[in-house]
Amino acid sequence: MAELTLREALNRALKEALERDPGVFLMGEDIGAYGGAYAVTRGLWKQYGPERVRDTPISEAVIVGAGIGAALAGMRPIVELMTINFSLLAADQIVNTAAKLHYMSGGQLEVPLLIRTVTGGGGQLGATHSQSFEGWYATVPGLRVVAPATPYDALGLFRACLKDRNTVIFAEHALLYGVRGQVPDEYYEVPLGLAEVKRQGSHLTIVAYSRMVHIALAAAEQLARRGVESEVIDLRTLRPLDTEAVVNSVRKTHRAVIVEEGWQSGGIGPLLALLIQEQAFDHLDGPVVRVAGADAPAPYNGRLERSGIPNEDAVVKAVESRFGL
Amino acid sequence: MKVKEKLSKELVAQLYRQMFLIRRFEEKSAQMYMLGKIRGFLHLYIGEEAIAVGSIPVLQPEDYVVTHYRDHGHALARGIAPKVVMAELFGKVTGSSKGKGGSMHLFDRRLNFMGGYAIVGGQLPVAVGLALASKLRAEKSVALCFFGDGALNQGEFHESMNLASLWKLPVLFFLENNLYGMGSHIDRTFAGGREVHRAADHYRMAARRVDGMDILAVRDTTQEALEWCRSGKGPYFIEAETYRFRGHSMADPEEYRDKEEEALWRPRDPLSNFRRFLTEEGWAGQGEVEMIEGEVEREIEEAVRFAEESPEPPPETLVEDIYA
Repeated sequence: MAELTLREALNRALKEALERDPGVFLMGEDIGAYGGAYAVTRGLWKQYGPERVRDTPISEAVIVGAGIGAALAGMRPIVELMTINFSLLAADQIVNTAAKLHYMSGGQLEVPLLIRTVTGGGGQLGATHSQSFEGWYATVPGLRVVAPATPYDALGLFRACLKDRNTVIFAEHALLYGVRGQVPDEYYEVPLGLAEVKRQGSHLTIVAYSRMVHIALAAAEQLARRGVESEVIDLRTLRPLDTEAVVNSVRKTHRAVIVEEGWQSGGIGPLLALLIQEQAFDHLDGPVVRVAGADAPAPYNGRLERSGIPNEDAVVKAVESRFGL
Repeated sequence: MKVKEKLSKELVAQLYRQMFLIRRFEEKSAQMYMLGKIRGFLHLYIGEEAIAVGSIPVLQPEDYVVTHYRDHGHALARGIAPKVVMAELFGKVTGSSKGKGGSMHLFDRRLNFMGGYAIVGGQLPVAVGLALASKLRAEKSVALCFFGDGALNQGEFHESMNLASLWKLPVLFFLENNLYGMGSHIDRTFAGGREVHRAADHYRMAARRVDGMDILAVRDTTQEALEWCRSGKGPYFIEAETYRFRGHSMADPEEYRDKEEEALWRPRDPLSNFRRFLTEEGWAGQGEVEMIEGEVEREIEEAVRFAEESPEPPPETLVEDIYA
């Protein structure tokens, strides 16, 4: 067991992948000599050389497209898109090519491509650099979407992604890289499509992923101080989505709150609310509650920006006002 | 027609057979479209056959082919059976993609035919990746990537040309310049002028223009280019000047180009010219040519019969093959 930051856990995951499989190579903008915009790949260029840790031009479409081509040819590319905001420049390759080739070829082709990217706001980076598009990608059949909240899950999910034969969007929250957690020394995996109950409770279920898991846990702590016990579920992967874990919890607690950072009008929340309504309607004591990001571009001003991102007070307030708890 | 390679009767007959096969396959497809047997988009390769047949048979089995949505000719030249392609156009389960890809998305993994790509320019980055894998594994495979003049103005063209040249990857960029991106003439869409192959200069990439209506010229140029790519010198760019004798797709009313332009290109028809070359230069007698044509006609009829008689994909396949 070692205490690692999420950044260190991912660095270990990448190093391990490079060690274990000669077909693995990394490719992305400034991941080599510079060490990565978020320093996740630091040290790897020196250790594994510029052939396996490849600095690319700022060319998102060809970074992803070349990853697809190399994957088709039987390699195991891991590409980094510096942030999910820039993935829009590669959206055609991700959605029209990576996600479709297996289906369109009648099952002949496989695209085992791992796309690491940085999601989320809160860093005062303004409207174009603070978005959360993992929910968009989760609407696309053919893609896997993963969003870890802890160092343990980051490493365990990463290993599962490497064994998967499909294209994965691996969304790392910019503000979670410094989060610390215990990581076993021995090998383990966290399977895709398996949510985790982070805290047991009987009065309500709070569903979240990525950074919002920490917000949900903090809110649950506040609520517990006055006797309201929350069950907190970390989805961990948005596609496949562990509907069963959520529905089972809601059947027990009879109340559901979905917390996510992205815009109110999109994301995984609406689908989840629908599934809860379809599969646990008779168990609900009230409407499904949603706490999401403001329907606004992210402003630069820190106070304004913070006001548009769900925090623990917003979750507690929603629980109070909507459930009277 | 001049050619450096030493030709044999067998080779010349084989090339003619493939060109004639593509021509008749496309004509038959058009007919089947009019009968409602083929739906969706159908883009015919008629007029451009010398490019696919001039280049693809020169490849080795380990080379890759990626192409655009006008892909029947490339698929047939690579060796996918006509009946399997026709069944795909009919949407039948016996098609190359079990009826789920369609005309624009033909694939054959075993032949390294990595597909038809229907978003203009989308295949270019994929070709770069196939070539990258070849280079990283120190293999000799080349990625042959077809695209049309419409793709020149996509950002992916620039990104792919740049990266392939920067990393010296074995990509053979093969521009099929038929002068039209859908209905827009290249003079109205491309600022770089009509010496399109000069676009490669900017990337310090070797480039040549070839008469895309002359199968032997295409064959020569392709061989040179492949040798270049295989020797580790990096990518190569070929611009083949060509013309499609049919509309952009079957839905095209063709109001944007005049009959005079078509009349100028008609005498350059690659198929009838190569047929004349065969008989006039003594590579094949009239009877031999007619025998080839008869065989192909029967093969096409058989392909249609196979497609007609094949079953529809079972309903459950709608949600199969989404994940590997």
